[in-house]
Order: sequence, then structure tokens, then C-alpha cells
Amino acid sequence: MNGLLAMIQAIAFIVLAPLFASWIRRVKCVLQNRRAPALLQPYRDLAKLFSKQTLLSYNASPLFRVAPYLIAGATLLAAAVVPLLAVKLPTAAIADVIVLAGFFSLARFFLALAGMDVGTAFGGMGSSREMTLSALAEPAMLMAVFTLAMVAGSTNLSTVIDQILRDGLALRPSLLFALLSLTLVAVAETGRIPVDNPATHLELTMIHEAMILEYSGRHLALIEWASQLKLMIYGVLIANIFFPWGIATEFTPGALLIAVLAITAKLGVLGIALATGETVLAKMRLFRVPSFLTLALILALIGLLSHIILEVA
Amino acid sequence: MLNQLPLYEQAILTLAALILFTSFALLAQQRVLSMIHVFVWQGLLLAITTALVAYDSSATHLYYSAGLTLGLKVILIPWLLHRLVHRLNIHRQPHVVKHPSMVLMIAAALVIFAYYVTLPIHQLSVSITRNTIAISMSVVLLGMLMLITRNKAVSQVIGFMSLENGLFFAAVAATHGMPMVVELGVAFDVLVAMVIFGVFFFHIRDSIDSLDVDRLNRLAEHDQ
Repeated sequence: MNGLLAMIQAIAFIVLAPLFASWIRRVKCVLQNRRAPALLQPYRDLAKLFSKQTLLSYNASPLFRVAPYLIAGATLLAAAVVPLLAVKLPTAAIADVIVLAGFFSLARFFLALAGMDVGTAFGGMGSSREMTLSALAEPAMLMAVFTLAMVAGSTNLSTVIDQILRDGLALRPSLLFALLSLTLVAVAETGRIPVDNPATHLELTMIHEAMILEYSGRHLALIEWASQLKLMIYGVLIANIFFPWGIATEFTPGALLIAVLAITAKLGVLGIALATGETVLAKMRLFRVPSFLTLALILALIGLLSHIILEVA
Repeated sequence: MLNQLPLYEQAILTLAALILFTSFALLAQQRVLSMIHVFVWQGLLLAITTALVAYDSSATHLYYSAGLTLGLKVILIPWLLHRLVHRLNIHRQPHVVKHPSMVLMIAAALVIFAYYVTLPIHQLSVSITRNTIAISMSVVLLGMLMLITRNKAVSQVIGFMSLENGLFFAAVAATHGMPMVVELGVAFDVLVAMVIFGVFFFHIRDSIDSLDVDRLNRLAEHDQ
């Protein structure tokens, strides 16, 4: 029964990820006074891509053909372990935050290799930019994770959420700074403004899209889906770790219904916040992104220090 | 446990962490007007923290200290600095920080050092603010770091003011304020120091044509 629930949760993640991306796009269009595409448009885009022919360059290696499946698989595994609706599921045993960071690194590694595989200039440029930014974002994310681990006493996501839920409503400086730091890292890792414009058509400004310029057909569909899934994973992490009220701690239908409503509301608010941030801020030049990520690292460091100095009695 | 403390005591801890954050932010600023704004935020957070400690420990003289901090550190001294910067016409120059990442790492090490040094006090005191003594010491040390790592005179003045903020915070945290006479004396000392700095900066600039304090080391103008 619990295994079935875990599988339903994973499928819900995969099915709802394009909807979250579409919601963000819709709020952005409303804020910018444009007519938004239909809410279900990403599903139609994915269906179209799946039915199209994949064109491969004549010098593409086997890695180029295998990489989309590896990327989608690693991101799917990451989605399967993040608690969306309920804590204490069977998949919670591998829901370690460091394992999650490892899954993202695996996906990013193969994406960067695939970008460099065909030998185009833009692909290599995108891969090197992505690797630079992730090398700076990883310490910040891990520092925020360590702060959470020290607050809750474990790096297991399920245990962390459960512990914060049981501790009740308290104003903790460590969690406040960890939240700010993780928000900045999430913006950098998912490639949103102010780090990278996801809707740009100018190759010299691309980071993520430059690596996938050579892909078409079902390969492109898998990679696009994986990036939407990554955005939703980060959104669910921020929503469920720092505002865990509503998540189901037992598996009754009533608790699960409340969990569904709660996560929908939380992701809706997060989508509005992200879209507002994207509308209000301008994309930073690439050489200023390291100071953006240093800010994330400093925030996480202050969170850790304020836990040790201020909160341990 | 943190969730058993009343809300305003939790707020004191959160505000202390935010004051530490403003100290870090001061170290990383490149424009002098942004430095003044961050300094204003630090003063404001300090005034609110003092008022909350006054409410918590029922020490009414701390309300006056909070008001003094608000008037001096949030309104008067930033206004004087603003006026000085506009008159010196340096608000468009970038005040470059050399090796910013290393400065921030040293700052983190200083916070850990301050915590280590104040551990004995931490274990002996009984008030809510015993945790914040380490934070106030680190604000002092980070103000000194700003004095060391910056080479433009106005940035050094802001570092000095931030150091005084840290000392005031340490007094509030450790002993719930200083005697009123001492506090008024220190406050007016800082104000007079500010006015004298203003006069000095014009003289420095007249004699060496820049406010880069490193150039005061050179003997002749055509050297190096």
C-alpha cells in the first residue's frame, strides 16, 4: 500500500512538472501584459516533439544518443525521492539530501558532455558556463543542507521535514538564511533570470539551452521534461522543507487530500514569486554570477553559524 | 528549545543574525552610497533589537538608548556621510575591494573566533542575550576587518562606525546597557569624530588629490 503510494507520488511529479512550468509562464505573461498560451500547452509541445524525427549529426558519438535517457533517468530518480505528498514513505530511505545533490550532478555531467560532444562552439560554451556556475552553486547548496541537517539532526529529507513539522512554529534565523540561500541556488541551478533567461533565442547569452541546441525529436522532449522536473523538484523542496504544514504524516485519504491542496497552494505561490522576480530583475552578465553565488554561500554560512551560536542552548 | 521561547525573544535572535548579515554585506559593497544604506539598516536593526531587549528585561533606560541609536546612527550620521560624499564628489567612483572572496572567508573565520572567545561568558550568563554576545563581538571584529581591507577613507569611516555599533550591541547584550553618562559620552564622541573626519577629508584631498589612504605613505608626488 505504501509502495503504491510512493509510485503514485512519483508519477504525480512527472505528470505535473510541465503544468508548474506553464503556470510560471502564465503569471509572467499576465505581469507583462501579454496573452499567455494555454495552460496545457507544454503537454502538446512534448507530444509534438515525441512524434518528430530525431536528427543526429554525422559525428555524434554513442554518448550523444544515450545522454537524454541518462539525464531524464537521474532527474526522475531525484523526483521519486523528494516528499511531495507524504513523509515516511518507503522511498524515504534513500531520500538523503546529499544523494539528491548527487543525482543532479549526474544529470548535469551528462548534459555537459552531450553539449560538447558534437563539437559546435555554442555547445562547448554552454557546457563550460554550466560547469562553472554549478561548481560555485554546489558549496552554497551543501552548506544550506548542512544547516538543515544540524537543525533536524539528519540529512534524510523525510526526517528533516518531520522534525521541522514537530518543532512547531518558531522563528529560526538558521532556517531563514538557509531558505534565502536555497532560493538563490535554485534560481542558478534551474537557469532562471537573473542567472539565465530560459526563453532567450540569442545563443551568446544561453547557458542551459546552448548545451541542447543540437538535440531534436524525442531526445529534446526528454531533456525539456527533465529540466521542467528539476524546476518542480526545487520548488517542492523549498515549499515542503521550510513551510511543511499540510504534508501528510499518516496515509489516510483525508490527510492525503489536504496534502494535495497544500502543495498546490504552496507551488502556486512559489510560481507567482518566481515569475515576479523574473519580471522585476534583469539578467546579470555572466561575470557577475559568481558574486551572486558567493552571496548564496555567505547566507548559508551565516545560517550555519547562527544555528551554532544562537540556537544551541 | 527555541519554540518554547516567547516570540519577541526569538525575534531578538533573528535580528542579531540579520545584524551579522549586514556586517558581511558592508564588507562586500563596492559603492559608497550602498555602504551608507547598509549601515542605516544595521543601525535600524540595532535600535529594534535594543527596544526588544528593553521590553524583555524591563530596563527602561534601554528605550532611551534605542532612541539615541535611532537618532544618531540611523538619521544624523548617515545624513552627514551622505552630504560629505556628495560634496567630495566620490559617489560615482567604485571603491574596489581587493580579493573579496578572501575577505569574506577571513570574516567567517573571525566570527568563529569571536564565538570561541566568548564561550565562557556564554556558559555563565543567564539572560536571553547571552547567545548574542558572540554576534556582537564578531560585528566589532568585522568592523575592524573593514578598516584593514579598505583603502578609501570614507569606507574606513563606515567601518569605524560599524565597529561602534558592535560595541553598543555588546553592551546591550552583556550588561543590558551602559550607564547613561557613558553612553551619551560615547555617542557624542562618535558624532564629533564624524564632523572632524569630514573636515579632514577635504584637507587630505587638497594635499594629495585623492582619498586613497595608501597614497599617504608616499613621500613625493611623482614617486611610483
